[in-house]
Amino acid sequence: MDILITGLITGSMLALLAIGFSLIFGVARIINIAHTAFYMVAAYGIFYFSIRLGLNPILSMLISVAFVTLIGVLVYKFIIDPIREHEGAVLIATMTLAMFLQEVILQLFTGDFRSIDFMIGGYFTVAGYKIFYQQLLTFGVVLIMLLAIWFLLMKTRLGLAIRSMAEDREVANLMGMNESRLAMITLAISVALAGFTGAVIGPLMVLNPHMWMEPLIIMMAVVVLGGLGSIKGSFIAAFILGFTEALVVFLVPTGAFLKGPVALIIMILVLLMRPEGLFGVAFEEER
Amino acid sequence: MGLVIFYVKKLFKIFRNEVLVLPSRVVVGLFFIVLLGLPLVTQDPYFIRIIILTSIFAIFAASWDLLSGFTGQMNFGHALFFGVGAYGSAMLNIHFNIPPWATIPMGAIVAVLAGLIVGIPCLRLKHTYLALTTLAFPIILLGIIIALPDISGGELGMTGLKRITESLLGNYYLHVGVFLVLAVIMWEITDSNTGIIFHAIREDELAVKASGINTVFYKLLAFCLSGFFAGIAGGLYAHYMRIAGPSTLGVDQSFTVVIYAIFGGAATIYGPIAAVFILFPLLEVFRLWPEYRMMLFAAVVLVILLYMPEGLIHWIRDKIEKECPRCKIRNIATRKTCRICTANLD
Repeated sequence: MDILITGLITGSMLALLAIGFSLIFGVARIINIAHTAFYMVAAYGIFYFSIRLGLNPILSMLISVAFVTLIGVLVYKFIIDPIREHEGAVLIATMTLAMFLQEVILQLFTGDFRSIDFMIGGYFTVAGYKIFYQQLLTFGVVLIMLLAIWFLLMKTRLGLAIRSMAEDREVANLMGMNESRLAMITLAISVALAGFTGAVIGPLMVLNPHMWMEPLIIMMAVVVLGGLGSIKGSFIAAFILGFTEALVVFLVPTGAFLKGPVALIIMILVLLMRPEGLFGVAFEEER
Repeated sequence: MGLVIFYVKKLFKIFRNEVLVLPSRVVVGLFFIVLLGLPLVTQDPYFIRIIILTSIFAIFAASWDLLSGFTGQMNFGHALFFGVGAYGSAMLNIHFNIPPWATIPMGAIVAVLAGLIVGIPCLRLKHTYLALTTLAFPIILLGIIIALPDISGGELGMTGLKRITESLLGNYYLHVGVFLVLAVIMWEITDSNTGIIFHAIREDELAVKASGINTVFYKLLAFCLSGFFAGIAGGLYAHYMRIAGPSTLGVDQSFTVVIYAIFGGAATIYGPIAAVFILFPLLEVFRLWPEYRMMLFAAVVLVILLYMPEGLIHWIRDKIEKECPRCKIRNIATRKTCRICTANLD
């Protein structure tokens, strides 16, 4: 039962993160290393607003998501956009940005471990196992977010633009789409997703300024395993790896440090058989 | 006697006409002289130690460039080779009592094997898939190392390694010498036919394949060569610091090497080296404000990147030198006409 709950929670967190990551990669070909750093900032934002300032948890969640999105947009405008043509430069810009955010958080909140109060207290028992309402809430919110993203991508004009840009940048450009603006909007959406993940998962996790590193790696594994740019793939891969981690943690005694490696070994094994990931499309090489 | 004078004159002529005409070549010459002559000026142990670490990381960054800059096989897990080199030579040193001068090359050979193990599955992957997959390998190895504390020392790492020599100057000249030699070797590799093929693979792998070149072989070769140099860097690091710890395999290690290399200018070999020689001492300077150290570092890299997105060295080189439009030979920026073909520059 614990395995099931932890797996579901980890899986849904990874799914949200991975979808945001592959969105911005698909549209702008940016490998955003700082993606999980935004997730960390949002979790700390909630901590700051709800505990230091004593605001309502829901309100502080919205504020911190908005705040993180704002940071994302500013970063895009002033750092990433001027150097968009140079892939390597963008890559290390996001890396240094992640380091920078980590250090800022470290200065503001020190390296102590922090925790956030649950938004809804209490729990109920199923077959002798405690299930906190917070866990249920987290899972529900994640599902709603996933549906919203799917709706956005499939049913709106913006979603159409994003999908066509991901499919073929040049043609989309020729059709009169503003590539830079679309990339900014996508980055905002993706950062907002990361922020949202941090805000929802935050109460279930221990906060520290280095918490972005581990999800970053597993998130990348999810994205690769599911196939770049495939939302369905990211979703399924996230739950595969989420359950793997949960299984390793609960079944191997004192084996918590092995959860990352085992998940990554699974990813590599799958990639050996399907180099384009589970649901990826082997698209023609860009030349 | 006349013959000797002839050769001395010829050497002098080459020096004047080939080295002194280009500022970049003068800088490289000065760099060698300064690095080798530094102990004459100061023998401060702290200073010497920083230069030694800088040269070790310069080897490491240049080896990343050899693989990822030249062949375009983005490797986010370069710490794997460094860590394998460090752990490999540490284990040989501690468990088998082999002296350091032998363990470092042996560690490097283990790193070459690691290069093969990583390289073979990665042949099927391209671009981003490759980058994100390679990130996984050092973490998997880290898990194995922590799971086997008896052999590998677990989370504390392996301590009590022997240094090659205990004397300050001996250490300095050993590390700097190895660095200079390896840097020249890497430069020669990239300047040779093999280097041109590496470059071509990055630009257009399909075209290289169509030209009848075995790209699989060359890609594996790049992985092995890069693993070898990074392994030597790792072995030197382990024996100099007398510890091989899990941090040598960390994600930050992989990321910093990418930052160094791209910041300096990828696909040049000298770019990453220059970047390490600028950024690593800079990190030490920032120890003046210990709590803001990494923040300042990140800020400096970000700001410089905004102005020089192609890399520091490319930017500087374009400022001080111009390429002749007709014969493609580089000239100092102050010249009006090309020094070889007298065509008008700019």
